[in-house]
Amino acid sequence: MYVAVKGGEKAIRNAHRLMATKRRGDRSVPGLTLEQIAGQLAIAVARVMGEGSLYDEGLAALAIKQARGDLIEAVFLLRAYRTTLPRFGYSEPVDTGAMLVERRISATFKDLPGGQLLGPTFDYTHRLLDFKLAADGELDAPLTAEVTETAMPRVTDLLSGEGLIEEDVQPEETAAVGDLTREPLSFPAGRDLRLQNLARGDEGFLLALAYSTQRGYGRTHPFAGEIRYGAVEVEFFAEELGFAVPLGRINVTECQMVNQFKGSAKVPPQFTRGYGLVFGQVERKAMSMAMVDRSLRCEELGEERTAPAQDEEFVMSHSDNVQATGFVEHLKLPHYVDFQAELDLVRRMRGEWFDRQAADQAAASEAIGSGPTGTSEKEAAE
Amino acid sequence: MTDFLSEEPLLRASGVTRFYGDRIGCRDVSFELWPGEVLAIVGESGSGKTTLLNCLATRLAPTAGAIEYRMRDGAMRDLFQLTEAERRFLMRTDWGFVHQNAADGLRMTVSAGANVGERLMAVGNRHYGNIRGTALDWLERVEIDGTRIDDDPRAFSGGMRQRLQIARNLVTGPRLVFMDEPTGGLDVSVQARLLDLLRGLVADLGLSVVIVTHDLAVARLLSHRMIVMRNGEVIETGLTDQVLDDPQAPYTQLLVSSILQV
Amino acid sequence: MTAVAITETEGEYNFAYLDEQTKRMIRRAILKGIAIPGYQVPFAAREMPMPYGWGTGGVQVTAAVLGREDTLKVIDQGSDDTTNAVAIRGFFEKTAQVKTTSATKDATIIQTRHRIPEKELTEDQILVFQVPIPEPLRFLEPRETETRKMHALEEYGLMHVKLYEDIAHHGRIATTYAYPVKVADRYVMDPSPTPKFDNPKIDNMKALQLYGAGREKRIYAIPPYTKVKSLDFDDHPFEVQKFDKPCGLCGARHVYLDEVVLDDQGGRMFVCSDSDYCEERRAEGHVGDMAANPAASHLAGKSSGAAKTEAGE
Repeated sequence: MYVAVKGGEKAIRNAHRLMATKRRGDRSVPGLTLEQIAGQLAIAVARVMGEGSLYDEGLAALAIKQARGDLIEAVFLLRAYRTTLPRFGYSEPVDTGAMLVERRISATFKDLPGGQLLGPTFDYTHRLLDFKLAADGELDAPLTAEVTETAMPRVTDLLSGEGLIEEDVQPEETAAVGDLTREPLSFPAGRDLRLQNLARGDEGFLLALAYSTQRGYGRTHPFAGEIRYGAVEVEFFAEELGFAVPLGRINVTECQMVNQFKGSAKVPPQFTRGYGLVFGQVERKAMSMAMVDRSLRCEELGEERTAPAQDEEFVMSHSDNVQATGFVEHLKLPHYVDFQAELDLVRRMRGEWFDRQAADQAAASEAIGSGPTGTSEKEAAE
Repeated sequence: MTDFLSEEPLLRASGVTRFYGDRIGCRDVSFELWPGEVLAIVGESGSGKTTLLNCLATRLAPTAGAIEYRMRDGAMRDLFQLTEAERRFLMRTDWGFVHQNAADGLRMTVSAGANVGERLMAVGNRHYGNIRGTALDWLERVEIDGTRIDDDPRAFSGGMRQRLQIARNLVTGPRLVFMDEPTGGLDVSVQARLLDLLRGLVADLGLSVVIVTHDLAVARLLSHRMIVMRNGEVIETGLTDQVLDDPQAPYTQLLVSSILQV
Repeated sequence: MTAVAITETEGEYNFAYLDEQTKRMIRRAILKGIAIPGYQVPFAAREMPMPYGWGTGGVQVTAAVLGREDTLKVIDQGSDDTTNAVAIRGFFEKTAQVKTTSATKDATIIQTRHRIPEKELTEDQILVFQVPIPEPLRFLEPRETETRKMHALEEYGLMHVKLYEDIAHHGRIATTYAYPVKVADRYVMDPSPTPKFDNPKIDNMKALQLYGAGREKRIYAIPPYTKVKSLDFDDHPFEVQKFDKPCGLCGARHVYLDEVVLDDQGGRMFVCSDSDYCEERRAEGHVGDMAANPAASHLAGKSSGAAKTEAGE
């Protein structure tokens, strides 16, 4: 009853203790190691790193373990940890053209310099439950090939040679890139902030938005120009040394959507692009991000803004799952003070309603005999 | 009440030009609007009349040219030199804008009374009874039954919505009202009633009006003077009766001959 | 695969969790808020180790103003021992090791959700509110770009349209909490979802009021002794809720009461929402008409020990 709400410190302690037990599960079964999670649930780990915006497989694996596999909770844990970390500076932009590519596909060209490289993928598998996997049966070693030194230019660079696709806008040297973890978001937001927001955005939310554009809510006619996955070098410009030093490698998926564009008064018809970049091999998110990025560029490209995916304020204000889950779940907190105020009002209004009804009925019974009054003149029928 | 000042125009457009990219919206339009005068801008769709109206009402910035308005203090001010605060204040007190589609000019989810009362509250009226009284009064003037005051406009017919929109605009006693095809999309009988109402209100209140219409009959019935537009440019101007009875430009002759004479 | 290694980092957090740079940034926002009473100052809210919507804004404001000598009180729904108040108090006990109290008069900083203490606050106190949606115009106009313009140009007619509709449809203003106010004759402000019963306390309050919205990244403030007017009509003046009965435990009148369901036979009692106020009155010997009722006995105990139910799952 009432006291259950007034939980008190002891109740909270005990609840958390019980949760820890539930998390551990059957104690006769070995507990999950972080190596197992990071190694075998790599895509979950990548998602948590991306939406948590912290590239650390160990911490992400710990977060997933601590969250009992609740990935949004894990993202939250990682974010809360991330805020406390000191910031030394910003890395140089990664060069995805120089990626050590593990997978690279293009839906727009049959073949292209560097070739198509299928790599590890669920694509073209039959989605049949694999019972051998349940038994952890023997696994064939993967085939390997000679590493060729062919360059693998990005598809968008191939197209832009012909002027068929818009140039990557080169920001001015002095242009500051916004940082939405350090400054409050304000609208209208530049593309830099939009991409940051989408990169941290919830995979499910972006997927649904991207899907909605395909179904006609703000069509953008996308083609998957290129999706590539692999390792890129992260470099940091060290003031003391005067040059950039490598910090290490991270795995990313990059998606460039190529979209039809009819041209405008100033610009000839050409293809435009949407861009997606995520940690790890989270292709669905990278593709969704690229499609939503393109949709959000509607104003810049002179397109009419009609659909949710084109609405910057709508998308950016609702993409963050840590914010969303917090506010939805805060409804679990006690609200009885406000509810009391509403209760009081509804009781009073009900009382007045019944009084009015009674008065109307009394008036009606008095009026009997003077003939029906008829409905008052309604104009709606004109 | 503005008679002593009527030696001066209320609104003056000089060389108003608006491009959309390299496409012309309207080009080099100049005219003066006098207090109490109703000016019709007529033309086919695409003639630039709505572009011109939107420039005049500061809903669209002209590419070139100037639009001046005589403020209540008598000073002539360039509308695009006003601060946004001044402009918005002007729009909700001294001006009205009647949209073709009433839903664009009304709050469809709040009651008719609140729709009429909003401008009063915006300028600081804080007496519920007075606001409601004024709203009732205005509903009556535009021939909407007072019992509908708490209904929202979604429950209203097209003609009622249009009349509600007019009441909502006139409640602050504006001096200038812009109208964009106010009778468009209504049945003929409803149109006639609305025009009749508008003519009465304009005369009673001494309003100045700029009305855009493709319908020469509407221009004939309401306006004193008219501007004929084609391809973004003014073809002919003059007193309404003169232009309609003795059109000079070949295009105007064509327009006039293509409709039934009223 | 990369080596998976976790280093122990417990206990390395700064005083009151946030780093000093962040606190400076928040303090600048607070100062700006105080300088422009009722104006929503955007600030770069950090991710906190508690969920958005659970008081992250209030916690950041408290962390930014908290000193080692401060005594902190945290209430939720008027009470010190509701779950979230306990959790937030615990957070500051752990990260700042400051003194905490449930006595309103002993606190220098009071963080609250949904209530203002009944006891009049003093010039030496700061009241920190947790705010879910700081924008009073939000449900009339969802677009931030538009609402900021409306504030800038002081276009608040729409707010009265909402109140007008209430009266037209319900015969009275039907807003019962988060009741909009105008601060220092300029900005319309959302006083957070406190019941409108508390609105008169905001006006001309001696204590400094700070409002923090973490998810929406806004801070606003009301300096001491500032005029705060609840919006209304001349002929439908602002009114607060009145309760028919006094508190069942301490007999207090003119305070905000919680309705407690005693049984499934319609048995109800009303008790002070401000648990500290109620305890203090009872300690002074005030007795309500239900105090002796066995059904109410568990409410009358010292509330911090009142947790009889062990939490289940």
